[in-house]
Amino acid sequence: MYELVNVTKTYNATKRKVTALDNVTLSIPNGQMVAVQGPTGGGKSTLLQMLGALDRPTSGDVSLGESRLSKLGDHKLAEIRAKEIGFVFQGFNLIPTLTALENVETALAPLHVSGSERRDRSQAALASVGLADRLTHLPAELSGGQQQRVAIARALVKSPDVLLADEPTGALDEETRDEIMTLLEGFWREQGLTLIIVTHDTAVARRAERRLHIKAGKVKDA
Amino acid sequence: MFRTYLRRELVNRRRQTIIIAIGMGLAIGLVILVNSFSAGVQNAQASVLQSVYGVGTDITISQAPTPPTAGATGGGGRQGFNFGSGSGQTSGGTTNLSQSRLTSTPTQTVFASSQLATVQGVSGVAAATGTLSLENITFSGQIPGGGTGNRQGGTGGTAGGTGGTAGGTGTTGGADGAGGSSFNLDRFTVLGLDPAGDSVGPLSAVALSTGRLLTTADAGTDVAVLDSAYATSASLATGGTITIGGTAFTIVGTVDSTSTDSATASNVYIPLDVAQTLSSNPGMISNIYVTASSSSGVDQLASDLKTALPTATVDTQADLAATVSGSLSTASSLVTNLGTWLSILVLAAAFLIAILFTISGVTRRTREFGTLKAIGWSNNRIVGQVAGESIVQGLIGGVLGILIGIVGIVIINIISPTLSGSASTGTGVAGAARRAAGGAITGGGGEGGGTGGGFGQRGAGGGGFGAAAQQATTSVALHAPFTLEVVLIAVGLAILGGLLAGAIGGWRAARLRPAEALRSVG
Repeated sequence: MYELVNVTKTYNATKRKVTALDNVTLSIPNGQMVAVQGPTGGGKSTLLQMLGALDRPTSGDVSLGESRLSKLGDHKLAEIRAKEIGFVFQGFNLIPTLTALENVETALAPLHVSGSERRDRSQAALASVGLADRLTHLPAELSGGQQQRVAIARALVKSPDVLLADEPTGALDEETRDEIMTLLEGFWREQGLTLIIVTHDTAVARRAERRLHIKAGKVKDA
Repeated sequence: MFRTYLRRELVNRRRQTIIIAIGMGLAIGLVILVNSFSAGVQNAQASVLQSVYGVGTDITISQAPTPPTAGATGGGGRQGFNFGSGSGQTSGGTTNLSQSRLTSTPTQTVFASSQLATVQGVSGVAAATGTLSLENITFSGQIPGGGTGNRQGGTGGTAGGTGGTAGGTGTTGGADGAGGSSFNLDRFTVLGLDPAGDSVGPLSAVALSTGRLLTTADAGTDVAVLDSAYATSASLATGGTITIGGTAFTIVGTVDSTSTDSATASNVYIPLDVAQTLSSNPGMISNIYVTASSSSGVDQLASDLKTALPTATVDTQADLAATVSGSLSTASSLVTNLGTWLSILVLAAAFLIAILFTISGVTRRTREFGTLKAIGWSNNRIVGQVAGESIVQGLIGGVLGILIGIVGIVIINIISPTLSGSASTGTGVAGAARRAAGGAITGGGGEGGGTGGGFGQRGAGGGGFGAAAQQATTSVALHAPFTLEVVLIAVGLAILGGLLAGAIGGWRAARLRPAEALRSVG
């Protein structure tokens, strides 16, 4: 369960101070599917960084379960990201020189699993997203939808508690968008994970249990 | 994962890998070449020195020359050939005169052989032997009838300088009014040495050509071993005789230098005790050759010997190497100066290329590293990945460098340039000074040379009449060795270059904020 209490994040711009999150207090129970919407520059990126243990707030407290993310060091945060949080990005962010299978394996590298177990689990993850026959393909040899499926497999292969998706369908056509969303919803239901999707797409947001709206650093339930 | 990722990066970013590897390879290849060439030049220098000092000689000891006394002409003092009224043999109206004398080499100071015992008593001396460097001068001539008068020819001074050539023939005139006289001066170098001490010293660097070498049983006997080049020029051979200091010596063998196309340290080798007696230097020697127990302790031993013999000139191989002249010296200077700096420059450029490419690669892969951090990769893992890629690129460059180096070495060895070098037994810095001084002293013609005849001088060695030192000019075919040390240098440089580039690239990667990967979020 996420708990954000009075979270403020400010950045020092050239001549002024920018408040990306302004005294946000928010609770997201385990297993909830949440859509985050808002205008560009509203603070979605910063909120996702706080939830994903990628950055710390200027003030306030961010907790994931028993872990107080705002108080932990870099090494501990990396451990939490490796074990508990999966990321899916709008641009897929696959390693261009690695095959689909190897890209999925990168998520297991920090967990010190054996090579054979790493391969087995990665193959299973790719099979679960319908890419069992694309294991040795490089990202450049896959379509956008297939690349996003590889990215989803990479995010889920470690069985995380949380899946953070940043515009997961932003670079896809409608048909592929629906396929990807169906896939994500399926995993959310099957695995009981917390799914937080940042999106501009209202059709995507409508599929979520809960919709948050963020504007000028303030978060409200829509 | 590390190896898979590494392999994929190197293969799929092969342009960067190839450029870095070629840069590193060229630099390392050049370093190998310079190193190998330098080793070849050092070996050649050692070869030149061995031809004079013998194999395994680490240190030579001599005495600084004493300045000429007032009134003397030349360092050796006044020397002359005196012929009495009944000297010579008259035949057909012509009187034939000949006189031979064996003296210590003028610019080499003799000293008591007891100093050899002192040297042998110094800790760190593995072997030592003493030699007496001598010069045999034979004055001979023909005087037509009419009497010789009072002739006091002679050598006058002891000058260094250029080698002597045959002088002109006599014409007419002269003190006694007789014409057509002719005189010749024949000289060759003689080295008296301990027949039992062939493990160190000049005879340790020779190869037997004919006959035999000197043995312990030869002590006290009139036997000689000749340098084969000198024997040929003087029409002498094993089994024949050679007159040294007026005494006939049986030639028991001839020797060649172990170096190509070079002479040995002396023209003639005779037992030390015989040399001492004949030259009127009983119990005296002019040089001591020392082999150190440990090659790493040579400098300390030289210092200890200097303490034990305060008035002696103690020269190490390093000092002796400085006395090598000729194209070998030029090559050595070239390697030391141009080669070293060129290597450093090219190596620095290659390292810089590797570093810049690595930094550029890290910058280009910002999103990639940000993504990896987002999915839980630690800074250490990412730094290790970047450093690993750089080290492997460096190692590929190292292998390429070894190949380039081998090709270069093979080319050098096929061309096999011949370098010549000279070294003198007037050893070390003091020897060089002595040689310079010797050149300034003019040679002496015979005082009251008698008839107006020509005055011939046949120098056997490189020096002129009264030459300062025995000198061996050696031509050495340069061989650039390929050694394990060269491989280790290549691997070491490759790892160093890779580590340097990897450390800087890794540091850049570690500084990336993981949030970079999420930049696309509005």
